[in-house]
Amino acid sequence: MALKMPAPDEAMLARRQEIAARLRAIVPGEGVIDSLEELRAYETDALTAYRQVPLLVVLPETTAQVAAVLRYCHDQKLKVVPRGAGTSLSGGALPLADGIVLGLSKFNRILEVDLDNRCAVVQPGVTNLAISQAVEHAGFHYAPDPSSQIACTIGGNVAENAGGVHCLKYGVTTNNLLGLEAVLTDGTVLRVGGKHNDGGGYDWLGLLTGSEGLLAVVTEVTVRLLRKPETARALLLGFPSSEAAGACVGAVIAAGIIPGGMEMMDRPAIHAAEAFAHAGYPLDVEALLIVELDGTAVEVDHLLQQVQAIAEREGAVFCRASQGEAERLRFWAGRKAAFPAVGRISPDYLCMDGTIPRKALPQVLHRMREMEREFGLRVANVFHAGDGNLHPLILFDANDPDELDRAERFGAAILRLCVEVGGVLTGEHGVGVEKRDLMGTMFDETDLAVQQRLKCAFDPEGLLNPGKVFPVLHRCAELGRMHVRGGRLAFPDLPRF
Amino acid sequence: MTTLAPATEAELVEAVASANAAGRSLELLGRGSKRAMGRPLQVEATLDLSRFSGVVAYEPNELLLTAGPATPLAEIEALLAGAGQALAFEPPDFGPLLGAAAGAGSLGGAIAVNLAGPRRFKAGAARDHLLGFKAVTGGGARFKSGGRVVKNVTGYDLSKLIAGSWGTLAAMTELTVKVLPAGETLRTLVLLGLDAVEGGLAMTAALLSSCEVSGAAWLPAAQARALRIDPVAAPGSSVTALRLEGPEPSVLARLATLRSLLPKTPPQLVLEPESSRPFWRAVADARGFVGDSRPLWRLTLTPTSGPQVLHALELPEEDTFLDWGGGLLWVTADRSEALLPRLEAALSRHGGAATLVRGPAALRASVHQLPSQPPALLALAKRVKAGFDPKGVFNPGRIYAGI
Repeated sequence: MALKMPAPDEAMLARRQEIAARLRAIVPGEGVIDSLEELRAYETDALTAYRQVPLLVVLPETTAQVAAVLRYCHDQKLKVVPRGAGTSLSGGALPLADGIVLGLSKFNRILEVDLDNRCAVVQPGVTNLAISQAVEHAGFHYAPDPSSQIACTIGGNVAENAGGVHCLKYGVTTNNLLGLEAVLTDGTVLRVGGKHNDGGGYDWLGLLTGSEGLLAVVTEVTVRLLRKPETARALLLGFPSSEAAGACVGAVIAAGIIPGGMEMMDRPAIHAAEAFAHAGYPLDVEALLIVELDGTAVEVDHLLQQVQAIAEREGAVFCRASQGEAERLRFWAGRKAAFPAVGRISPDYLCMDGTIPRKALPQVLHRMREMEREFGLRVANVFHAGDGNLHPLILFDANDPDELDRAERFGAAILRLCVEVGGVLTGEHGVGVEKRDLMGTMFDETDLAVQQRLKCAFDPEGLLNPGKVFPVLHRCAELGRMHVRGGRLAFPDLPRF
Repeated sequence: MTTLAPATEAELVEAVASANAAGRSLELLGRGSKRAMGRPLQVEATLDLSRFSGVVAYEPNELLLTAGPATPLAEIEALLAGAGQALAFEPPDFGPLLGAAAGAGSLGGAIAVNLAGPRRFKAGAARDHLLGFKAVTGGGARFKSGGRVVKNVTGYDLSKLIAGSWGTLAAMTELTVKVLPAGETLRTLVLLGLDAVEGGLAMTAALLSSCEVSGAAWLPAAQARALRIDPVAAPGSSVTALRLEGPEPSVLARLATLRSLLPKTPPQLVLEPESSRPFWRAVADARGFVGDSRPLWRLTLTPTSGPQVLHALELPEEDTFLDWGGGLLWVTADRSEALLPRLEAALSRHGGAATLVRGPAALRASVHQLPSQPPALLALAKRVKAGFDPKGVFNPGRIYAGI
């Protein structure tokens, strides 16, 4: 594995049995896992290229236990990797050899549903989908819907600020939270927000969301619930070029329409998805758009006509509106199966996650075709077109070390390209370990130092999820001393880990 | 007092770095429209940022606008309206409430205090629309965060921290915000004569429906009259107002559904677009409290507790009104010593928070926000402040005493 993590502390490795015993005093019974066989289940998350068996796994059941575990780790300077369901695509829950994994899977209860105030209080180990299912009977849902929603937990969603196909209209995780309970590394329990908005003071809720498990461990979440749209219809639009499809997306938005979902697929993705899911996609187009309109029936029909007219003007060569719920779901079945479908035509794939200004799409796709030749690998693209979030899937065979190496370099080149055209490294998957070493392409050293000082305010010892997000490890005392003048930092070249 | 008015980023860095070196504190000023809000400052100089003004880029199709923080909101709103777009968080204008001119606020000011209008529960607050920014720390370091795309999770979300930080962490030099299509048209359904509890129930019922209500306010008769918007002021009774926005056929269909859902007994009115727009503008700006000089509080609450808190405060009805479907309660009272204990008791019982929007300096210095912050959060605020501004140069004590 090309990835370098901080060198393990041999002394900590030697204390494994003693640490297990001390943790068992806090979380009795099966809450502490120390057999190698069982630890293996935690060695990776959904970024399976990277693996590391942790020192131990602890599965507390109460906030008091989480606080006590963290306090113990803090006293012993023992590293902690928080983990939800382990569905991170950026290696956010990759363990450390000399650190424990703090799993929140036993925090699996929905504590309160308060429909009158359109919110629910849940424990972090509850799955994203379970929240929506718990309020479905009343016509409500929790809006952010990452594709892993059947498995991923709300705690992980908070850590990664997860998105989904409906987030252009309904927002990502951070726009759909009201309150959190979280525990700092020294065991301090914080409660921020509640069932009200904008309580004043610094926005801890906003800052903790998307902090990738580096600032605190979330133990309770209050989410906003939304009324489910009365109805939804989807349009399938085929275009002779990705330029034309991109222009159509821009024209829809320029017309003042924010669809519930607006997805694009390129030719390789269309063919893979159609072969796998038989969704009825046209195979003779270069780009396919799925535009979903939701709301009241009157509004949906009204907007559907407008979008159809726009698509015709923009040169769509295929246009079909879903007639009934079964057909709408079939349109989506292809898109939702795009990843497994690509998995069928290639032994392995890497899923990238950059966001670009939409106007740069043709340029980015063109460069990617050139890169396919450069790296000798193929790529299929699915794209949250409304918000510019691109998911290139790089096809490779992990059994060939050279292919893995080329795939990783191809991925990095794509992300650099995203930044080059004015975009960002990650739209919804997080930095984790995957994009850690690319942070310098988007941020200069001062930008990163400002972020790391924030880390120091929460976790001065650097014990929570070290090795993630930031490419260079600075001790907090060094950051404090860094000389700042004229926006430039002068500090010694510390080794990359 | 000295005023520093840098014209470029380099001049700003120089000004801040020398203040930092000398341990000299600065008041950060954009257009100054909110100077009378928040804890009063005792500083050695003013850092006038008004030259960081003007729209840098507006890309309607990308849903983005980049501008200097001192750009007048009025200028931005006019520009967006020309392309059928708007700032969806409907930034209120508190100028007149604070005895200043209307329309004097800046984009940076709206972000710095995290403003939000009546669409809060549907579209979020300023915090939800700041995508990225450039700024200078209190230590004099130039940095950036976020990006110029609408979806981004690269690094910590410092946009959230900067929004609502009242200029205590960094001096912003450029902001990128998300802009959205403005609703094509709107209507407001008004129920007359409900008391606060009945109004609260009607708002909850409307918000639980699939009618996609984008504004829900209850105003007592005196407040409704003070807005001076004809169809609402004339009847002389309380007003429960529900806003519907979107394409015309959709608005009309939802209006019909909403009318059928709500009790028929109180008389109903429908405000057309030309009276709906100024009505919601006036609700956002709490126009009913303009021209009054009494201390004014803004309480953010669990929505259904709004009417209960209103009653627990034992104030004359005309000195209150509810927005955000009950989640925002405005109250004014001249005798703060009588109000404060009741306010604290109500917040401790029902949850929520209160901010003093208007009041004499002495009162603002002693109670800017309630409830008081727990020690753990205060300690964290102190450490975060020290990370950005180790010598306490920027707006010391503006939010938290001593931070």
